[in-house]
Amino acid sequence: MLRNKRMTRVAEEKAEGGLVFHPLDQFIVKPLFGDGPVHWYTPTNLTLWMAIAVLAIVAVFVLGSRGRAVIPTRMQSLGELMYGFIYKMVEDVTGKDGVRYFPYIMTLFLFILFSNYLALIPMSYSPTSMIAVTVILGFGVFIAVTILGFVKNGTAFLGLFWMSDAPLFLRPIIAIIEVISYFVRPVSLSIRLAGNIAAGHVVLKVFAAFAAAVVISPAAILGIIAIYGLEILVCGIQAYVFTILTCVYLKDALHPAH
Amino acid sequence: MATETHDAAGVCVDAGGSALGMPQLCADWMPNQIFWLLVTLIAIYFVMSRIALPRIAAVLAERSGTITNDLAAAEELKNKAAEAEAAYDQALLDARAEAQKIVAEAKEEIQAELSVELEKADAQIAAKTAESEAAIAEIRAGAVKSVTAVAKDTAKELVAAMGTTVDAKTITAAVNARMKG
Repeated sequence: MLRNKRMTRVAEEKAEGGLVFHPLDQFIVKPLFGDGPVHWYTPTNLTLWMAIAVLAIVAVFVLGSRGRAVIPTRMQSLGELMYGFIYKMVEDVTGKDGVRYFPYIMTLFLFILFSNYLALIPMSYSPTSMIAVTVILGFGVFIAVTILGFVKNGTAFLGLFWMSDAPLFLRPIIAIIEVISYFVRPVSLSIRLAGNIAAGHVVLKVFAAFAAAVVISPAAILGIIAIYGLEILVCGIQAYVFTILTCVYLKDALHPAH
Repeated sequence: MATETHDAAGVCVDAGGSALGMPQLCADWMPNQIFWLLVTLIAIYFVMSRIALPRIAAVLAERSGTITNDLAAAEELKNKAAEAEAAYDQALLDARAEAQKIVAEAKEEIQAELSVELEKADAQIAAKTAESEAAIAEIRAGAVKSVTAVAKDTAKELVAAMGTTVDAKTITAAVNARMKG
């Protein structure tokens, strides 16, 4: 709360000084049609950009692979590249029996990847910077993997926390640490993604605001270019990290023995 | 004033339409975000699992099948080429052996002919030599006979000139003894 107040005050001070910037305004959810309240079903700017992500995925994966060509077109080979990348990741990390969960992991990866990259378009909206979105993704993975672990292994799943190769007196301590780290997983998953994407966009907006001031605008524009390059990396890496961590958690659920 | 212009602003947006605090954490919008996220995820999942993933898997399988077939065909062709090369080498070896055989045969034939001719020539030479030797011996014998006759006659004449008569046999014996010495 203190931080929020400080941020508002900073914005107001700037407004008085003639340099107005609200780096967090880009995350405001607005209804697409009209100016009414945001109900749970209201189509908003977030809906629009999620729909664009879905359309982009359809364009790459459905329209791109329409020809079913043995020698692929560019779009088809892009889709095949992502397919092969995630398929290999799932197979390498979780093993052969994890391959049946590949469509779910592919869905997660594509949603995060396309949302991240589409959010880099100026004036766009970034769904993956919203805590509610990433929390659903992170806890969704966590809950699904935990249920799967108990269904597949029964109580043997708890062996994940009991290091049978550690000295006996250390095992309870390690078990406590393991349990804590297990429950931190969804939190770190969701905060990492939202934090990275939101921070990048805030920094871009701050540089953009400074670009309005004549004296420092060259430096600010160079800063925008540099940060934009960094963000291109971050967007890919965050999608990758989220996906590979999901695979690791899935492996723990399928094979809890260390 | 805020309530007049922005009824919908709620707790997340101030009167001027800018964010209060962090909009990412605004609880008012969360049901909306979660609802649309789930819709999006389900849409992506159905598109991927029903259409895109099976299609790409089929394409990849077909491609790997094609590559495997092509590799097998290439392997077969390579084997054929190796076979052809082996056959060629074998043919070359055979031809070389044949040529050597023919050369050896020809050489042998020539050698045989040559030795026959040589033998013939040797025989002829030997015959000529023998003939010549015989002629020489004859000539020599003839010469010796003549010399003996001349010596006998000379001796007879000499003895006669000395006034003594000697038996012809004695003179012949004496001349023969001298001729031998």
